[in-house]
Amino acid sequence: MKLIKFLFIIFFYFSSSISFSNDKITILENKIFKNLRCLICQGQSVYDSQSEFAESMKLVVRQKLEEGLSEKEIYDFLKNQYGEWILYDPELNVKTYFLWFLPIILFILGGAIILRKLSVLKK
Amino acid sequence: MKNKYLLIIIGFFFFFCFIVLFEGLKNPNVYKPKLQKEKSLSQFEARDFYSNKRISSLDIFSDNNFYLINIWASWCIPCRVEHSYLVKLKKQNSIKLVGINYKDNFENARKFLNEFENPYSEILKDKDGTLSIQLGAYGVPETFIVNKRKKIIKKIIGPIDQKTYNEVLKIIQ
Repeated sequence: MKLIKFLFIIFFYFSSSISFSNDKITILENKIFKNLRCLICQGQSVYDSQSEFAESMKLVVRQKLEEGLSEKEIYDFLKNQYGEWILYDPELNVKTYFLWFLPIILFILGGAIILRKLSVLKK
Repeated sequence: MKNKYLLIIIGFFFFFCFIVLFEGLKNPNVYKPKLQKEKSLSQFEARDFYSNKRISSLDIFSDNNFYLINIWASWCIPCRVEHSYLVKLKKQNSIKLVGINYKDNFENARKFLNEFENPYSEILKDKDGTLSIQLGAYGVPETFIVNKRKKIIKKIIGPIDQKTYNEVLKIIQ
């Protein structure tokens, strides 16, 4: 009886850990799908879209994950095929410096203006 | 005086924004993945259309020839439009045509080829569309021209027309 209980525990332990690892893959899959733009219904991500293109793209991403490619390697592969536009998150490079740093510059400028106004008011 | 300068600067800023947005209106708002520079043809494996055997791209693209990869389907209406150009291209010795049958029913595809003539020297099956994605395709029909160094040098999105047909002829001659 003890042996059966023991086997039961072992079985449940492993089955739960397997489903846990599957969940992990699904989370990563969904993260990647959400960052890929569907080129047929532009404005929608591959995650949201049900176009033929998006469905095939999901299969390719799954295949690549099964082959052991990392998230970045998948993005690099798709960028090579479709250009950077396929990704929703623009990468940091010479073309996108302005895009990434403009909010920070505006934030600092705004802060400086507010501070200046405050110091003028205090006087 | 200070206010006047400020007004001029603000005026210029709005004018600049207007010009940028106005010019932006003229650009097409649908992005197409154009081929900016030549790209190596990635290695892949696929099933043969007739025999259903697995073939490697290394075996298909082994000759010292130009290759035209055409993604087509029997349900795709523009594919019928471009088919006559493919048949004409088949007569050129310097190019071989490889067809990729995209998400299609075998019987319908076979009927399509019987009806309109088979221009392809090799046809591959792409049941789930993954092969087309691996090649960087966007939809059907789509055509890639591969040069003798096995680099994709041209990509035609949509059906081949007289203009693109002439361009292909120019490349292979």
